[in-house]
Amino acid sequence: MATKSFGGQCGDCTTCGKCDKALQRSKPPVQQQIKETMKEMEQENSTKLYTFIIYSENVPGLLSQITAVFTRRQVNIESLNVCASSTPGAHKYTITCFCDETMAKMVVAQVEKRIDVLQAHYFTDDDIFINETCLLKVSTPVMLANKDVSKLIRFHGAHVVEVNPTYAIVEKTGITDEILHLYESLSKLDCVLQFVRSGRIAITKSFTEHLDAYLAEREKRRQEK
Amino acid sequence: MEKITGAEAMMRALENEGVDILFGYPGGAIMPTYDALYDHKETLHHVLVRHEQGAVHAAQGYARVSGKVGCAIVTSGPGATNTVTGIADAMADSTPLVVICGQVGVAMLGTDAFQEVDVVGVTSPASKWSYQIRRAEDVAWAVSRAFYIAKSGRPGPVVLDFAKNAQTGMVDYQPAKVDFIRSYDPYPQLNMDNIKQAAKMINDSVKPFALIGQGVEIGGARKEVEAFLEKAQIPFGSTLLGLSALPTEHPLNMGMLGMHGNLGPNVMTNQCDLLIAIGMRFDDRVTGKLSTYAKQAKVIHFDIDAAEFNKNVHVDLAVHGDCKESIPAVTELLDEAKHDSWISGFKPYAEKEFNKVIDKAINPKDGPLLMGEVVRKVSEASNNEAVLVTDVGQNQMFGCRYFKYTKPRSVITSGGIGTMGFGLPAAIGATFGAPDRTVCMFCGDGGLQMTIQEFGTIMEQGAPVKIILLNNNFLGNVRQWQAMFFNHRYSFTPMANPDYELIAKAYNIPAKTVVERKDLDKAIAEMLSTPGPYLLQCAIKEVDNVLPMTPPGADVDNMLLEI
Repeated sequence: MATKSFGGQCGDCTTCGKCDKALQRSKPPVQQQIKETMKEMEQENSTKLYTFIIYSENVPGLLSQITAVFTRRQVNIESLNVCASSTPGAHKYTITCFCDETMAKMVVAQVEKRIDVLQAHYFTDDDIFINETCLLKVSTPVMLANKDVSKLIRFHGAHVVEVNPTYAIVEKTGITDEILHLYESLSKLDCVLQFVRSGRIAITKSFTEHLDAYLAEREKRRQEK
Repeated sequence: MEKITGAEAMMRALENEGVDILFGYPGGAIMPTYDALYDHKETLHHVLVRHEQGAVHAAQGYARVSGKVGCAIVTSGPGATNTVTGIADAMADSTPLVVICGQVGVAMLGTDAFQEVDVVGVTSPASKWSYQIRRAEDVAWAVSRAFYIAKSGRPGPVVLDFAKNAQTGMVDYQPAKVDFIRSYDPYPQLNMDNIKQAAKMINDSVKPFALIGQGVEIGGARKEVEAFLEKAQIPFGSTLLGLSALPTEHPLNMGMLGMHGNLGPNVMTNQCDLLIAIGMRFDDRVTGKLSTYAKQAKVIHFDIDAAEFNKNVHVDLAVHGDCKESIPAVTELLDEAKHDSWISGFKPYAEKEFNKVIDKAINPKDGPLLMGEVVRKVSEASNNEAVLVTDVGQNQMFGCRYFKYTKPRSVITSGGIGTMGFGLPAAIGATFGAPDRTVCMFCGDGGLQMTIQEFGTIMEQGAPVKIILLNNNFLGNVRQWQAMFFNHRYSFTPMANPDYELIAKAYNIPAKTVVERKDLDKAIAEMLSTPGPYLLQCAIKEVDNVLPMTPPGADVDNMLLEI
């Protein structure tokens, strides 16, 4: 009875996070949900999570042209990252979507058709190194009151990058699953004030740099003219 | 160096690209450009249309018949949005266009200013390239890039959204020449392994069948493709837009493909052992049900647009490149061959179709006039050398089926998006693009009224369009579908019509109406011998169907010969 009265919510608690059971919960609901959707989608019509890496010239308005190709083919974008690439003047888009391979090929062809797109390719997770990052704003009083908060942060290899009496900022990079696991675990402890997760970024494992090869080939053609 | 305005720079840049005709309509945000145009009247002939949609369709007609880039110029806001249908049409039908739209000054962009519309946002999904010119300094570069993109590779429409401050701003004008864009390769290099493999597949084939599309026309590859087909004796069918790529009477020409095409080529698509697609894109109107389309055959696809490969039909070999180069390269490696028994296999289908459909359509003995007979008579009266322009609907299907083609670039019709109202303005453009040829425009009473205001353009320009109005007081094609798939419920397809002769006369266009069969030949002769424009109204049987027909979603070889 004594244990049961601890916190008053031990047996089926979902919110207080004051007993170990919250930590031992095997799969947090959101993460589980995402996993189940992924599984379902992969079973249905052999869809998979593909990562599209697209290079374009740095011209205004191209982002909407690229996303329009996905929209028209009814492919929903899961995450999107756009930034300058290591090639001067070229922008890199990293986009993830669930679709089948036929659709991935068609999307790539139609994206490449846009005038200012340099190259588009699709990859599965085996072909690329992937990373995401997240930031969590955590309540300092809760963290101080509950040792499990900092235990969890260390356990997940996350870093505390800022602390003040009101909140701490926690940063974690990794793959989607790891990040969501940390988030779900901390949520159980009722300490998360804000959470944000970036889109996926990826680098190919290939031994050749396709963009550089393409640009070199194009430069040769220009000089031949 | 003297400074000139961006508007004046636009005029010089257009002249620099060899433009000599513009189809357009002035308005607030394009006025500085129209002011500059006033000084270039001698070199840039401006055709004042009566609605901006007409300007784009006219530019399309001009481009399709001449192979040059058609140019339209309109104002911002409604002027620009009125061009969207034509831009989408040109995109689907690979027509090179440059559409210049006025735009409010950059200081007012995004403020919902008067006649401001996000033209680049609206047009970019439906155009090959859409660009906003924000500074006078960018005019020369943007115009040159626009023309290069519009006409190279698979042609398409380009939109230049010309901000007012860029029109009035001063610039040291230097002509620009864009002939290379590193992210865009319109001249793909041939892969010789693919060429060899294509030749081997064709040499190994016993029952080859070629599908000829508009790509052959655009690539100017009539001679090359003819030599290719003749060397290995490959029978072929043409898509709607590819009908005049090769002559109708070519002995290997088995007819038109698709929903309302000829029986032989459609049936034999599902019997050949090798399908050779050249410059076509396996539109659903050509393939019918994809899951049963040519499953027995290997497929080779020649195209300049890599995004077309494996889009609808799985291909065994894709040959990326300009068919003017790829086809002769394959021809060189081909064995001379005969496929007599395979070719003669088309004959029974042609005979069956002739007896059950064609004969009835072009040689009726009694009853009201039929569309097919009018089309065939006009074609023959023009020595099968005229340019056929059609609107969309039954007039289009009868027009394309029963017209005969001898010269290249003789079919101008809205294939991809099927734009009613396309015919009349496109025909106006065609008369400027091919001033030496007769332009015959077939339309129905529905489509004509969608752009009938262009009678004004015909009147002002004296454009010698021969308008053949096939009037059945019905939206005939929709009515046919209502009869076939909607239990004869003719929901809003009967039409009360005005007196078209009177309308034409109001615009000083000579007009005549034919009701009786016996008067038809004479009326056609009179139309063709009358200089300038002419409206020939034919009173057509109210209820008639375009046949044969592959119902939508049906197997390609499952054509109905009667309903």
